[in-house]
Amino acid sequence: MTTHRTTPAPIRVTLHNQRPLIDRLEETVLAECEQQGYTKASRFAIRLALDEAITNGFSHGHEHLPSSLPIYVEYAIDDKQCFFAVEDQGPGFDPSTVKDPTLDENLEQMSGRGVILIRAYMSSVTHNAKGNRIEMIYKRP
Amino acid sequence: MAADSRLRVKKIDTVTHIEFVDRSILDEANIQKIGEEIAKIIEVEAKPKLLISFANVDHLSSSALSMLIAINSKMKAPKNGELRLANIDPQLYEVFVITRLNKLFKILPTTEDAMKSLA
Repeated sequence: MTTHRTTPAPIRVTLHNQRPLIDRLEETVLAECEQQGYTKASRFAIRLALDEAITNGFSHGHEHLPSSLPIYVEYAIDDKQCFFAVEDQGPGFDPSTVKDPTLDENLEQMSGRGVILIRAYMSSVTHNAKGNRIEMIYKRP
Repeated sequence: MAADSRLRVKKIDTVTHIEFVDRSILDEANIQKIGEEIAKIIEVEAKPKLLISFANVDHLSSSALSMLIAINSKMKAPKNGELRLANIDPQLYEVFVITRLNKLFKILPTTEDAMKSLA
C-alpha cells in the first residue's frame, strides 16, 4: 500500500496590530515547527522571517490606514516545509523599488532590511502583482 | 531610567554598559522607547562611550537594527563618541552579516574585549 503525504491546507488567521497577539501566533507556529522536528536554527529563521513579514504588513502596508485594520496570516506546516502568507489591506508596494541596504553607500539606510532577511532565511519568496501579499516557503534543510 | 525601562544601564569607569531586559527585541513600541532612552544617555555625555551587550538576546528585528543605526549616527560628530556591540550569539550575528551591518558596527566577542577596545 502506498501512502501519500500532502501538506495540510493553510490555516488563515486574522491578526490585529497588538504585540501579544503577534507573539501568540508566532509561538503557535514555532510550537508546531518544534513538534514537526525543526531545529532551533530553523525555528530562529522562521520566526525572524514571519515577524518581518508581519511588521512590514502593519508598518508599511497599513502606513496610511487605520491602525485597527487587521492583516491576514496563513500557515501550513509539515515535516518537510513550512508555508506562510502575509496579506495586508494596503495599496501594495513594489519590492524592487527598495534600495539595497547592504551596499556600502546604503549601509546607514533606515529601511529595507526586513525584505533582505526574509530572502536570506526563506527557501522561496513571492509577492502578488498588487504587492500586498507575500508568500514564503521554508524547506527543511 | 524609567520604571518601565527595557534596559539595564550601569556605568563602569567612563563606559556606559547597556543590556536588554527582553530576550526578543521585536516589539515596535519597545524598540522606539529603547532608542529614545539610549539617545538621552548620548545627549547628556560629552564624549559618550557605549557598550551595548546582547548577552540576553535571542531575537532581533530589522527595526531594532534601524534603531542601532540611528544610535550609531548620534555617536558621530559633534559627539565623537565610541560605540561597541558585544556578546552577540552566532545565530544573531548572522543577521548582522546578512545585512552587512557587521561592517558598520564595531562588534567584539565579549564585554571584556569591548572594554579593552574602549580603554
